[in-house]
Amino acid sequence: MNSRYEVEQDPKSRDTYYLNMGPQHPSTHGVMRIKLHLDGERIISAEPIIGYGHRAHEKMAENRDYIQFLPNPSRVDYLGGMIYNIGYCQAVERAMNIEVPERAEYIRIICNELNRISSHLLWLGTFLMDLGAFTPFLYAFDDREKILDILDRITGSRLTYCYARFGGVILDIDDVFLDNVSNFCTYFVERLKEYEKLVIGNVIFRERTIGVGIFAPDLAQKYAITGPCLRAMGHVHDVRKDEPYGIYDRFDFDVPTQTEGDCFARTLVRVEEMRQSIRIIEQAVSDMPDGLFLAARVPKRIRPPEGDYYFCVESPRGNFGMYIASDGSDIPFRLKLRTPSFSHISAMPAVMAGTMLADAVAILGSIDIVVPEIDR
Amino acid sequence: MKTDIIQLFENPYLALGVTIAVIMAYLSVNAIMLIWLERKLSARIQRRIGPQRGPFGLMQQIFDMGKLLSKELLTPEHANKLLYVIAPILVFAPVVALSSLFPITSTYIFHDFNIAIVLILAISGINVIGIFLAGWGSNNKYALLGAVRSVAQNISYEIPLILSVIPIVMITRTMSLYDITLAQETYPFILVQPIALIIFIISATAETNRAPFDIPEAESELVAGFHTEYSGMRFGLFFFAEYSNMIFACALATVLFLGGWHGPFLPDAVWFFIKVYALIVLMMWFRWTFPRLRFDQLMKFAWVVLVPLSLINLLITTLVLKIV
Repeated sequence: MNSRYEVEQDPKSRDTYYLNMGPQHPSTHGVMRIKLHLDGERIISAEPIIGYGHRAHEKMAENRDYIQFLPNPSRVDYLGGMIYNIGYCQAVERAMNIEVPERAEYIRIICNELNRISSHLLWLGTFLMDLGAFTPFLYAFDDREKILDILDRITGSRLTYCYARFGGVILDIDDVFLDNVSNFCTYFVERLKEYEKLVIGNVIFRERTIGVGIFAPDLAQKYAITGPCLRAMGHVHDVRKDEPYGIYDRFDFDVPTQTEGDCFARTLVRVEEMRQSIRIIEQAVSDMPDGLFLAARVPKRIRPPEGDYYFCVESPRGNFGMYIASDGSDIPFRLKLRTPSFSHISAMPAVMAGTMLADAVAILGSIDIVVPEIDR
Repeated sequence: MKTDIIQLFENPYLALGVTIAVIMAYLSVNAIMLIWLERKLSARIQRRIGPQRGPFGLMQQIFDMGKLLSKELLTPEHANKLLYVIAPILVFAPVVALSSLFPITSTYIFHDFNIAIVLILAISGINVIGIFLAGWGSNNKYALLGAVRSVAQNISYEIPLILSVIPIVMITRTMSLYDITLAQETYPFILVQPIALIIFIISATAETNRAPFDIPEAESELVAGFHTEYSGMRFGLFFFAEYSNMIFACALATVLFLGGWHGPFLPDAVWFFIKVYALIVLMMWFRWTFPRLRFDQLMKFAWVVLVPLSLINLLITTLVLKIV
């Protein structure tokens, strides 16, 4: 019998007990278990147990060539699918020095940022649902639906995109798409103000998030915290700014930061990030050049030269890194995916210890966990 | 002049039977309609359409009831069977017992009782025991946590609730709900006791375990709280009890603060129910607007804000009554 499933009793104390939050639980956002050692409502220690939905994406990469792996990255993180899909293409492009046409780069930027907003919107809805507010969830999903419709029109899919190709994107965009995008931008800027007024200003929301789930300063290095969680701790780090990939260096946008590192700071950072994404999209739409959307000369067989390549993109949750070890064939020798949620869930024991049960739910919601990304 | 319906019957047992039958029938239909109202209202707040079966989605609740009634009553293997079975009944029973005390019209009343308020405050506390037994009896950690939270919360919020009722008793010098309503003929007590009403509504929301005070059944933390292990009609009873408790609390607020049946033009009973359902809509509005407080913040709110506030209110009322 597997000892993990035995009922555990703390031998030293009869006042404490273990509570399995998960694998099926409304707030784990997927199939994940957190073993909580509780004293009443207070958490003594928390231990995340992962792997329930593991699909061996990295192993899959070793069994198929680079083109066949194209649909996989968007399944790793179903909320930032577009960013992962494009990121994978960019990684291989950099390894092989494939030139990407201007138009394709702009299309990729728009799709990336739309995807980022849709991911943040879903996070906002589910986070507030974890805090017990049901209504914002539907408002956020309503707005997210608009993004999905826009992307659906050009990609044909709504969640797990496979739009990018080595050297560009598979289908061109049209003026209707650009109109839709700019209409959405004007609409969404107003909506963001509404969200800020209704959610950020709410007294109960502030009570529940301010000072809750503080990431201690040394956690960032210990557990490789990235993305909005890191920016909420006061570090100005954004792959789009620090090591610009694609054409991000041409755009004017800010990297929002907060210093507190609590759930509230993470909320503020993400809401501001949505606004910055809108800024990037607006610039990209107005500068959209004509031309090819897929490079004319892409090698038929994708064979990166022998060697190791690392490429990192800014996903809605943090740094998504791909480490490609190529032996010169058209099948990667090894493809390591570095996903932010995995790093963040590893930090949970340090963050959750000493908080209340309800805080654990708030913390888990605020770091924006995507379980398939952990069990990739 | 008023007539006690119970005294119209020769046989006291017959009177009791008829009263309970009428109340049960009303509460059942009321709960079904309130579930419909809540679903439609939440849909409106959330920009959805809501239930669609039948005219205005009214059939949806009938089907839901059919589903609950036809489901097997499961009892968890390691549950304490006795406690597990009687818990839903204990939660539902106090409302049925106490509903007969409300003066809905000025002429007919089931029973006018001269210490009705004491009776109501005493017996309505019993449902806490039911909730605790449900949590304890189901032998489930989530249920137990929900039950522990519920007991702490209900006991804490009972104090401001009682303290907000006392000023009314002091003003009217009676504990009969009928006489309290009569005393509000010229103006409802909301005008002289607005703070007491606010405290009462907040405490009543907490007493009925409604959001933002729904921590005993906090879905995102405790799955379903104290009724995690319940299925079929036993779960249905908890569901009924929640809505019956709601109408009970709102009816009490109507009688104490909003002047009961008093109102121009319309018949007595209509005014009474308009006020009750307006309060219920307000409570539903809370639920679909606010996030949930944390357990310790909830306790702090009761003991640091509500109790002192209601004590100050009580003191001021005493002084004013003494001077006037």
